[in-house]
Amino acid sequence: MADLVISVRELTREYVMGSDLVRALRGVSLDIRRNEYVAIMGPSGSGKSTLMNLIGCLDTPTAGEYWLSGQEVSRMRDDALARVRNREIGFVFQTFNLLPRATALHNVELPLVYAGASSRDRRRQACEALERVGLGDRMEHRPNELSGGQRQRVAIARALVNRPALLLADEPTGNLDSTTSEEIMNVFRDLHDEGQTIVMVTHESDIAAQAQRVVVLKDGRVESDRLARNEAA
Amino acid sequence: MQALEAIRMALQSIWAQKLKSGFSLIGVLIGVMFLIAVVSVVQGMNSYMEDRVANRLIGANTFQLRQRPSFSTGNITREEWLEWRRRPRITYSDADYVEERLEHPVLTAKFCQDRVSIGYEGRQARDIDLIGTEAEYFRIRDYEIARGRVFTPQELRAAAPVLVIGDLLAERLFEGQDPLGKMVTVGGLPYRVIGIVEKQGTMFGLSMDKFAIMPFTAHGRRLICPINVLDELIVKSEDVPTMLASLQQTEALMRGRRALKPQQPNNFHLQTAEEALAGWNRISGFLMNFLPVIVSISLVVGGMVIMNIMLMSVAERTREIGIRKSLGARRSDIMTQFIVESATLSTVGAIAGILCGFALAFVVDAVTPMPAAVAPWSIGLAVTLGIAVGMIAGVYPASRASKLDPIEALRAD
Repeated sequence: MADLVISVRELTREYVMGSDLVRALRGVSLDIRRNEYVAIMGPSGSGKSTLMNLIGCLDTPTAGEYWLSGQEVSRMRDDALARVRNREIGFVFQTFNLLPRATALHNVELPLVYAGASSRDRRRQACEALERVGLGDRMEHRPNELSGGQRQRVAIARALVNRPALLLADEPTGNLDSTTSEEIMNVFRDLHDEGQTIVMVTHESDIAAQAQRVVVLKDGRVESDRLARNEAA
Repeated sequence: MQALEAIRMALQSIWAQKLKSGFSLIGVLIGVMFLIAVVSVVQGMNSYMEDRVANRLIGANTFQLRQRPSFSTGNITREEWLEWRRRPRITYSDADYVEERLEHPVLTAKFCQDRVSIGYEGRQARDIDLIGTEAEYFRIRDYEIARGRVFTPQELRAAAPVLVIGDLLAERLFEGQDPLGKMVTVGGLPYRVIGIVEKQGTMFGLSMDKFAIMPFTAHGRRLICPINVLDELIVKSEDVPTMLASLQQTEALMRGRRALKPQQPNNFHLQTAEEALAGWNRISGFLMNFLPVIVSISLVVGGMVIMNIMLMSVAERTREIGIRKSLGARRSDIMTQFIVESATLSTVGAIAGILCGFALAFVVDAVTPMPAAVAPWSIGLAVTLGIAVGMIAGVYPASRASKLDPIEALRAD
């Protein structure tokens, strides 16, 4: 059990849209161990975005339990959740979500700013993270001076800089061409090889196929949870 | 933790949007500019009035025994004016009586004055202050003699026709010739120039060097005072306590000499430098009371503009807020960021206002006779006000920003 990064029990999320009650998640249970590489798939409306927001501690469940690195986060309030997002989770978004006016280095430093690191530590760790994704020579560039693939690498460096328990990627290749996608997927694979736990939300099955394990959601429930083909083969 | 960061970012965004920032800062800028400019002018005038006007016109630790005030301070009714004119004038014997009986060490000078024309070789200098006095007058006024000498007690007793003249008069009348020993005409009588007083400069743009000083006994006195009558007796003391003591004694002496009953008011006037300042103090008091009104109106308007700009900024940067929250920014972090940004914005406005205020004060100083001196406390106050306005204006936008839901904020364009 000490190995569990994520433990989700009967997670339910309902919200009101207009006069309708939307039941986005209807009791999802899921365990993810350290150094697993999991893809979450499902058609739109299946609840995968809701699950990703809950796992990312951006949202709180209506019912059920969510344990992340041994802490029960499903009962946490705003500031405690912010702290968990800062220390335990690294986000990689489809649209990169970099601050446009800040340099690559400054973007990567941001999580450390909120962690309260000294400016010297911030700089050192951010440089290391950028070098790790192969952008050691692009630190002073702003996002609009970088290609899509480079931007996503900056985002990955930012996600890794606080050494999070979980790397959470939401359609990380959705805005990239196929060559660049492959490049980014290689970065994920290398990180996984180095021991990083990765959860990736995607609707592309060839992307999902690169993970170890694929969880498919449908109508707010887990429809299937199996090892990926290439891994099984 | 990240205040410096926020200041840096705020400066960046101000710089990135110069025009918009310029407009948004104008309210704070104007408020602070007026604050600095008005305080500078008032401060400059204060020291000018005290240092130059009061001390030059009357002199430090000095009072004048007169028939009536020579400065009109505020509104004088016709009745007052008539009462002043009915008073007996100060005579030579009044002055002698007081001079002989004052207990404290003082310098005294009998004094009378009027405007006359002075001629030299067919040239006439008009509107010259002709002063009849004693040799102590030069010490009371701190006049340095640039060339020549002042008149002696013998010349005073002998009513010698000699003149000590001001710098501008010397220039006007002699145009480069040496005035010493030259004979000029005052009221048709010949006078010899024996000394020239060091240049005194200007006051409110008027020259202080258009005068001629003669022994009050000289014949020319009929041009400036009736016989046996003085404009004033000037009494200068070492320090303020001596002056006040002498002032009281003079009042008692004069009341006794004129046999005034206790219920009767003084029928003479004791004029001090304070009095010369009274009129100015009324003006500066008005300005200083009115100033906070202008400043607060501008600052309130400026604060509202900044609040609007910040609300726009929060709306434009919703996604940025979402990103920051996803990376672990707490509500208080977001709150701090926007308040610091708003405070930085208005502090920049305040600094610009300080510079404009300096410039305005400088212009007033240069083109009007009013002097200006920047008061250090007004700079401190201006910066404090700038920061405070920014922080207050930033609270509402910052709290809106901090309460944004991260998921929705991340979805914004």
